[in-house]
Amino acid sequence: MTKTTKTISSCVFALVVAAAIVCVGQFSSPSSMLRTVLQMGAVYALIAVSMNLLNGFTGLFSLGQAGFMTLGAYAYAIFTIPVDARDGVYYLTGVADWLKNFSLPIPVALILAGLVGALCAYLVGIPVLRLKGDYFAIATLGFAEIVRIVMASTPLNRVTNGSMGLTKIPGFKSYYGIFIVAAICIALMVLMLNSTYGRSFKAIRDDEIAAEAMGINLAHHKQLAFVISSFFASIGGALMAMYLNAVSATTFTVAVTYYILLIVVIGGMGSVTGSVLSAFLVIAAKEWWLRPLDQEQFIGGFKIPLLRSGFRMVIFSVILMLVVLFFRRGIMGDHELSWDGIYGFFKKTLPSLFHRKNKTQDPEKEGGANG
Amino acid sequence: MSAILQNCLNGLSIGSIYALIAIGYTMVYGILRLINFAHGDIFMMAGYFMIICMTDCLIPWYISIVLVIAATVLLGVLTEKIAYKPLREAPRMSIMISAIGVSYLLQNLATYLFSALPKAYPSIDFLNKTIKIGNISTSLVTFITPILTVLIVVFLVFLINKTKVGMAMRAVSRDFETSQLMGIKINNVISITFVIGCALAAIGSILYFTPRPSVTPLSGSLPGLKCFVAAVFGGIGSIPGALVGGFLIGVSETFIKAGAYSEFSDAVTFVILIIVLLFKPTGLFGEKTTEKV
Repeated sequence: MTKTTKTISSCVFALVVAAAIVCVGQFSSPSSMLRTVLQMGAVYALIAVSMNLLNGFTGLFSLGQAGFMTLGAYAYAIFTIPVDARDGVYYLTGVADWLKNFSLPIPVALILAGLVGALCAYLVGIPVLRLKGDYFAIATLGFAEIVRIVMASTPLNRVTNGSMGLTKIPGFKSYYGIFIVAAICIALMVLMLNSTYGRSFKAIRDDEIAAEAMGINLAHHKQLAFVISSFFASIGGALMAMYLNAVSATTFTVAVTYYILLIVVIGGMGSVTGSVLSAFLVIAAKEWWLRPLDQEQFIGGFKIPLLRSGFRMVIFSVILMLVVLFFRRGIMGDHELSWDGIYGFFKKTLPSLFHRKNKTQDPEKEGGANG
Repeated sequence: MSAILQNCLNGLSIGSIYALIAIGYTMVYGILRLINFAHGDIFMMAGYFMIICMTDCLIPWYISIVLVIAATVLLGVLTEKIAYKPLREAPRMSIMISAIGVSYLLQNLATYLFSALPKAYPSIDFLNKTIKIGNISTSLVTFITPILTVLIVVFLVFLINKTKVGMAMRAVSRDFETSQLMGIKINNVISITFVIGCALAAIGSILYFTPRPSVTPLSGSLPGLKCFVAAVFGGIGSIPGALVGGFLIGVSETFIKAGAYSEFSDAVTFVILIIVLLFKPTGLFGEKTTEKV
């Protein structure tokens, strides 16, 4: 394939995706499953890519994603809840005085949410990034728990509404807002990964000591990856709060981090397109395709055993385990989706198509020569 | 004064339960270099096994305890065989991700089988008896837990330092491949590690849930994390370290809970974790390792 055909194909592909989203937005009912899946998929894709930036590209195995999502979600909620709704939200303890008549427009609040996450990541990163491997994972996990506990604590009652959580969080009026924000954020991360910084991250992942010997400043680059990943994870958390309209300390538990980690693993550690694809696939499977497993089903007069509420999640986690055990590289491995890759894939998996042509041609030729 | 003593006793009691579970973490980490994220959920499953035995099947408590330990051990060994063994040659992160997957699966399985609502934990009358020592009144279980734990730890230290199995364990934790060349059956050693870890988790679960009203599918995840903190605190890979770490975490938690900032007790545990990791990453009794290029 030449470069121009590739560019044209990419543009066509992007247009098709955009058109599909617009079609769903225009012609489906607001409560349709497809809409939900697409919106949640976009949010999870953003968070998965941000986690992949850290875990897959830089090789820093962080389990603190939920903590940054909590920070972003709370920051966004605190700054955007409309002034006249505040008394209703903080009905128990009253709202802090400095917040009373204070509300920011959505885009500003989104960026602010990201910055809050990034600032915390910077401060936490200074000590924590000195740790190696598992210890880093467990320390970030601990940080996420601390964030959750602090957010729900009584001294912050007048800001975060304690364990009650915040509600009435405004979102984009338009259905497309979440997609646009997620797309911009993912595009920014892809640009980052394709720059010299991205290459340094990969060098650190592959061999820290060699990377240091090549003149890469380890501390600086790790800090950078951590801050950027947290920035986008916080924005992801804010989008999530926007989508759910509510946030509380129990929204983003350790289980959420695990869930996102499994999305990243299924997509392939170190592949942005893999993470995006797997986010949509996993969300669709979990929220939509496996949904019938939660209800009792009958074939003729025969009741299928085992099906009842909760069975969906069991099957879902069994599938996740199968992927982790037997398809360790995930959908994409550490490759990106590319036209060459797709071409190669079809050539490899459908060799019969290519071969049969040759075989049917060969005897004719031979026959012709003999005749 | 008596309040302080009371808190000390409660702290030691909860701390020794943490220690029992922390030993499971520390032994598995020592041998496989794996943070077994599923360990907390195995502890939770042991709680449900007890409910099945005593509430659903009406088996007397002394038989139930044996059955629960057996079932938990079986679950742990099966987990190891299915989820960790195929990944022995894989990068270390894969096996950790697999452990996270197992944890996720066990939580969902428990939600499916026993529903997300809390299930009442059966009370063992003998253990819940109130006893008085001086001014302190406490239930028997709070009192015997630390004693039982110390006995178990002494036994384990003996097992590891004096017996052939223990020697094999130490060899495997030092160098996987060389010990294989010396004729140690690695898979057996790993299985034994999981048997011990899960048996202790089952005992810990019985002691932990007896004074508490109920079990939920998520009730293993936070204690699990705290016990891992205890293991790190004491120095991962060291069994006496796990005991000391468990005691320290338990006592500090109990005192904070008794004070004005009770809601931060879990946060303090994790702050302790981060501080320990920063200043003494190998913990109190851990061995130093150097990284080879």
